[in-house]
Amino acid sequence: MEIPYTISTRPDTGLWNAKIGIWLFLASEVMLFGGLFSAYVFLRLDAQPGEWPHGLLNVPIGTMNTAVLILSSVTVVLAWAALKMRRYNAYWWYMLATISCGIIFLFVKLYFEWPQKFSHYGVFIKPAAREKYEQYLGNHRRDEKGLEPRIEITGHLENHEALTDPNVKEYEIALDPVNADPDNPSNDRPHFIPLPATDKVAKIEKADVERMDSFGPWHSAYFASYFTITGLHGAHVLGGVLVFLYMWLPVSKKVYQRNPEHLANRVEVAGLFWHFVDLIWIFVFPLFYLL
Amino acid sequence: MSLKAFHIVFVIFSTLLALGVGGWCVWVNLVEGAPVYLAGAIASFACALALVIYGVWFYRKMKRLRIIT
Repeated sequence: MEIPYTISTRPDTGLWNAKIGIWLFLASEVMLFGGLFSAYVFLRLDAQPGEWPHGLLNVPIGTMNTAVLILSSVTVVLAWAALKMRRYNAYWWYMLATISCGIIFLFVKLYFEWPQKFSHYGVFIKPAAREKYEQYLGNHRRDEKGLEPRIEITGHLENHEALTDPNVKEYEIALDPVNADPDNPSNDRPHFIPLPATDKVAKIEKADVERMDSFGPWHSAYFASYFTITGLHGAHVLGGVLVFLYMWLPVSKKVYQRNPEHLANRVEVAGLFWHFVDLIWIFVFPLFYLL
Repeated sequence: MSLKAFHIVFVIFSTLLALGVGGWCVWVNLVEGAPVYLAGAIASFACALALVIYGVWFYRKMKRLRIIT
């Protein structure tokens, strides 16, 4: 049975069916991401002073990934335009560029951004013990300046056995610059271009620790939101890449040879999805990385 | 909405993002005094300009090719 209205328009809607289908789907996606963004905003507004991390993401890498996604939107629309002009070779190259951009985005996310977070630790100090770690927290000076108190010491864990061995009584943390030199006024503000961990190692007794987590979704509401939204977005990017791969492989050339407009319509629908996914990132980037 | 129209909307949002990032870099540079942010601001504003030029080019090309009616 042939699927109707894949190329010609339906008389009652004035559109071919897939276009209505994709817009209904995108409307549901708006509600999905809209709910998640709203949750993020309310969590942030309700956060206690000093408990909302800021400046923990790598802005240069995020900016590069944003540029890659914007470029992919340009190439996908050029691929579609090439099909409309019946230039299959140009379409093939533009589609390859789009797929490459999607893969680069995912690669950077999965091999650079996320793993860095999982190997970075934050130690939340019990309120009663914060004075003991004043040399790493610098709260006296922050109090005087009316700044929010620091409640966490961050860096790279040197003794991983401390996570599992109850006989190891303290964590050894190679400190981030913010805790290595907490009274330096430049550390009052977040560093958007990440600085490497220092050689200075702090020994923190487990008895003084409220909790200790890597920068995963379990660390804070901020990272829970970050991983949920960027993970869901990444899944959408992966879905788009798979669809584009199918449209790029030789199997789609048969569709093109049978009816070029049919393939152009398929690419248009997939391109609309891709633009939506990229548009979501345009909101994700400033919300999580900059503000 | 067609892909070409959505693409123009997307380019507008991308341009706004580039302007926003440029403004953010200027602000961080004023607060921190770090020249690297000034370079970021210049790059962002240049990207915004490039996106505007591209958007106009795209619209004209689609219209000329009668892909935009």
